[in-house]
Amino acid sequence: MQLSKGSRVALRATTYLTLGVLYTPLVLVFVLSFNSERSLAWPPAGFSTRWWSTFLDVESAREALLSSARIALIAMTIAVVLGTLLSFALHSFTFFGKNVVSFLAVLPIALPGIVTGVALRNTFVRFGVDLGLLSVVVGHATFCIVVAHNNVIARLRRIAPNLREASADLGASEWQTLRYVTWPLIRSAVIAGGILAFALSFDEVVVTTFTAGAGIQTLPQWILNNFSRPNVLPYVTVVATIVLVISLPLAWLAQRLSDSHLDD
Amino acid sequence: MSEHGPTIAVALRDLGKRFGDVVAVDSVTLDIYEGEFLTLLGPSGSGKTTVLRMIAGFERPSSGSVELNGEDVTNIPASRRNVNTVFQDYALFPHMSVLDNVEYGLKVKKVPADERKRRAMEALESVRLGALGGRLPSQLSGGQRQRVALARALVNRPKVLLLDEPLGALDLKLREEMQLELKSIQKELGLTFIYVTHDQGEALSMSDRIAVFNAGRIEQVGSPREIYEHPTSTFVAGFVGVTNLFSGDLAARLVGRPGTFTLRPEHVEVLASSDTRGHDATVSGVQYLGPVSHVFCEVDGGGKVIASSASTSSTAVSIGQRVKIAWPADAAVEIT
Repeated sequence: MQLSKGSRVALRATTYLTLGVLYTPLVLVFVLSFNSERSLAWPPAGFSTRWWSTFLDVESAREALLSSARIALIAMTIAVVLGTLLSFALHSFTFFGKNVVSFLAVLPIALPGIVTGVALRNTFVRFGVDLGLLSVVVGHATFCIVVAHNNVIARLRRIAPNLREASADLGASEWQTLRYVTWPLIRSAVIAGGILAFALSFDEVVVTTFTAGAGIQTLPQWILNNFSRPNVLPYVTVVATIVLVISLPLAWLAQRLSDSHLDD
Repeated sequence: MSEHGPTIAVALRDLGKRFGDVVAVDSVTLDIYEGEFLTLLGPSGSGKTTVLRMIAGFERPSSGSVELNGEDVTNIPASRRNVNTVFQDYALFPHMSVLDNVEYGLKVKKVPADERKRRAMEALESVRLGALGGRLPSQLSGGQRQRVALARALVNRPKVLLLDEPLGALDLKLREEMQLELKSIQKELGLTFIYVTHDQGEALSMSDRIAVFNAGRIEQVGSPREIYEHPTSTFVAGFVGVTNLFSGDLAARLVGRPGTFTLRPEHVEVLASSDTRGHDATVSGVQYLGPVSHVFCEVDGGGKVIASSASTSSTAVSIGQRVKIAWPADAAVEIT
């Protein structure tokens, strides 16, 4: 398509402006984490690594980081196992209520977190489940399953159906077909789904707020809670930078795995 | 074997398949002999591919049975039938090398690694792809993928090879080459080939026998020559090659007796209007096809006749020209 010079310039400017608005704040957080002063004022007063060298001494930050990692790992594992099994069920079989199951499985990602959060909290309290790590994990798993499932079922749909027929035709049992043909073809989608589930769980705030009891605090909650406390504020920029540095390559990897080479 | 006739490799008995309300295959009975090249020919939707898939075991028949070498395999899964399939789009495993693709059938049957490697290399060499074992399917051309699919099936030494429009995706030149190659492999190995195609030229040139399908049923089974020269239905006459069909009043006038007749264009001669033989007609169109041309004639008193003549013939005609058309009396074959 040919564009006039004017619209080319306009489009380019709009693109750069949008990307700038999106990413400048991230750069600011990174820069401010090296500020020598306690305030977040701009420009930074001077360069210092003191917040970086001491943030691990802040016990609440350390514990929040650990809790978040633990919750995200468990939620991710549950999501990958159940999401993948669900994808196989929905892709390979026809059964009564299939569309309903498919809809209900995907619904949590569309539901406002506050609805999921309130509903889960009510249920947990009513049935006497302690609000803690377990309740948060269950809360996160509800929407993490969706991303794992979406990734895997999209890949299953892209695999030519006659590959499984060819495998059976050559004498392979169902298990051999799964092991040698289907699994290698969906593996990268399963991993990508897992990474996305991890990332989703790691920075979730709303459902966490409702399902976490008094005894547990995740990293996003810690950041939120400490934003108004001048003593801890500089550490917030450090932690935010760390989260950023961890999640960028994960997002990149998930993207690469999702559209890998297997179409042709 | 002599007095009992040839051994039956595949027997289809009243085979039927419905998909919901749609009858895809309607009571097909057919014996396929060991070592023969049998083609299932028909337009798309005529049920030929469904029959092949039921022989392979990918579809469960709604009625009737499939026997392989005398054994009823109707309820035996595809993985335990001693037949192999070459798929229309090849269905090569995209994440495996060419060699791994060919080894696959041996690997799942737990053939030792060194033996399966040797046999896979042999199979690849037999289709002249010995040097490409390390490539991925996506790095091959269509013709090469086709030959990998063939090697992957042949390495299992199946009794019967099923081929589902295996040349459909290739261009004309390559298709003709592969036709010869497939035929010579089939002859050399003495295999039974069951070959699905909608291309009547392919069917005529390769087959020992052809089963012509229409609307889920077999219309006629016979050698290519029988099918072409003595079609038993108007459908077969019209589907296999170009033909002139006469019935009713037209048959009475042109053939001289009532009935339904098929007359192949190559038997029709276009003569000068002054000739004493034949029927008066006017040329309404000429279609140049390379080696031959089709001449469309309007017969006086009604009716159209297509004549086919060598493009090199000196009797070039033009549209609107008055001519006589004639054919040997036995060229008009009655369809009973």
